Amino acid sequence: MTIATGRTAPARKTRPLPPSRLLAGASPDSYIGLATHRKTYTLPPPPSAQPRYSLIDLMGAAGLLGRGGAGFPTARKLKAVADGPGPRVVVANGTEGEPPSAKDQTLMTHNPHLVIDGAVLAAAAVGASQVLIGVDRAHRRALEAMRAALAERTSTEGLGVDLRLAGTPSRYVAGEETGLVQWMNGGPAMPTSVPPRPFEKGVAGRPTLVQNVETLATMALIARHGPEWFRQLGTPDEPGGRLVTVSGAVGQPAVVEAPIGTPIGALIDAVGGPAAELSAVMVGGFYGTWLPVDALDTPYSRAGLLPLGASPGAGVVLALPASACGLAETARVVSWYAGESAGQCGPCIFGLADLSELFAQVAAARANRDDLETVRRWAGEIEGRGACKHPDGAARLVRSALTVFSDELTRHMSTGECRGNGRPVLRVPPPGKTWR
Amino acid sequence: MSVNILRVDPIACVGHGICAELFHEWIRLDDWGYPIVRPEVIPAHLLDQAKWAVANCPALALRLADVQ
Repeated sequence: MTIATGRTAPARKTRPLPPSRLLAGASPDSYIGLATHRKTYTLPPPPSAQPRYSLIDLMGAAGLLGRGGAGFPTARKLKAVADGPGPRVVVANGTEGEPPSAKDQTLMTHNPHLVIDGAVLAAAAVGASQVLIGVDRAHRRALEAMRAALAERTSTEGLGVDLRLAGTPSRYVAGEETGLVQWMNGGPAMPTSVPPRPFEKGVAGRPTLVQNVETLATMALIARHGPEWFRQLGTPDEPGGRLVTVSGAVGQPAVVEAPIGTPIGALIDAVGGPAAELSAVMVGGFYGTWLPVDALDTPYSRAGLLPLGASPGAGVVLALPASACGLAETARVVSWYAGESAGQCGPCIFGLADLSELFAQVAAARANRDDLETVRRWAGEIEGRGACKHPDGAARLVRSALTVFSDELTRHMSTGECRGNGRPVLRVPPPGKTWR
Repeated sequence: MSVNILRVDPIACVGHGICAELFHEWIRLDDWGYPIVRPEVIPAHLLDQAKWAVANCPALALRLADVQ
């Protein structure tokens, strides 16, 4: 397939994606109930039959990397918590604050029992007696499905662990692990200074495993089918498949499950292909990077994206139509970043506010050379200077926008004109209302 | 022998700016008055000055971290 742009993307042959593992048997209308779940996924071995460290070794042999965004090796995270003093806690992170991501909501809406299986397994792996599942309270369908599935479990077979569901504040950094832990401890959902990290001192001061819900569901699959089965997909260094939310100018925006290393273009083809002439793709989410449209052959993996200064993040591919101005789209995202600052760290409070304002001038073709230089300098200076990585995300997106949309930038700076048709493409939510 | 770097707790820091005055070889202020600290290991001959800056941070936001 050829995507017509100023630069023409090379023709690609796209193979269909392999059958889904995490969403096998899902229907659009209802979640997979317990009876069907047990038939489809067969019963996992009881946690007591699996000594702690054998489960951790299993995840190590599978080479599972976290699916929440950071891509940390799951086995190492499990071991760090298991090695801490008891009692321990597991937090299932289903907050999914990344605006263009819908994969965790989709997973929980359609297959909540697999997430619960994973959470119970993780508790067994680290020796935790308490599990807290955090879901953004605005993600109603996911929350309802999780609630229904939990009720089904407790009324039939029981869970063997104290498991509770919590609706978390709709704020981006509420899903950052220290922010989530602070909220679960009764505070605002704002990140805290580290150290201590949650594995040392988390919920109620206890060693706490904070694990993304897709990672947990994947753990449940690995426990059933084994590491060799898991490694049939993906690459040796990044095994398995992962959920990716593909949206923007595509035929049918959707969450797909694809082997890690699937080319970005194949992910777009899996949802009906480009719906318009494309100018760029955003990978990883708002906490991500713009790539030029000639990068569609790049494998969606850490190793594949690293040379481009990008990372898979939470699993997001967003296709930008050529009719949109990438600078204007980025300006709206940077404004969202500024609004989502927890207001704790100076470089984030003041830096993001000023960066957002000045970048908006660049996007509106009202900035001069000095302004542009200041934008670049600020993007460099705010990076790494918050308690969490919130300012880093804005800085990276700005930098990649200035590179990928350099033609557009030149036009803005020299003629004061923007080729954008003014219709926003990215859906940027308004700032959250509460931290509690 | 300890190997030290300077670290800022960005939540505790409110931008007094005293550190940049006391240890300008290592710390400068950004456009909003918050410290930008060089990430390198502090050479032995500047260590006392680093300690002086740490001790005088009114917000107790600056600390020496032994990274050995």
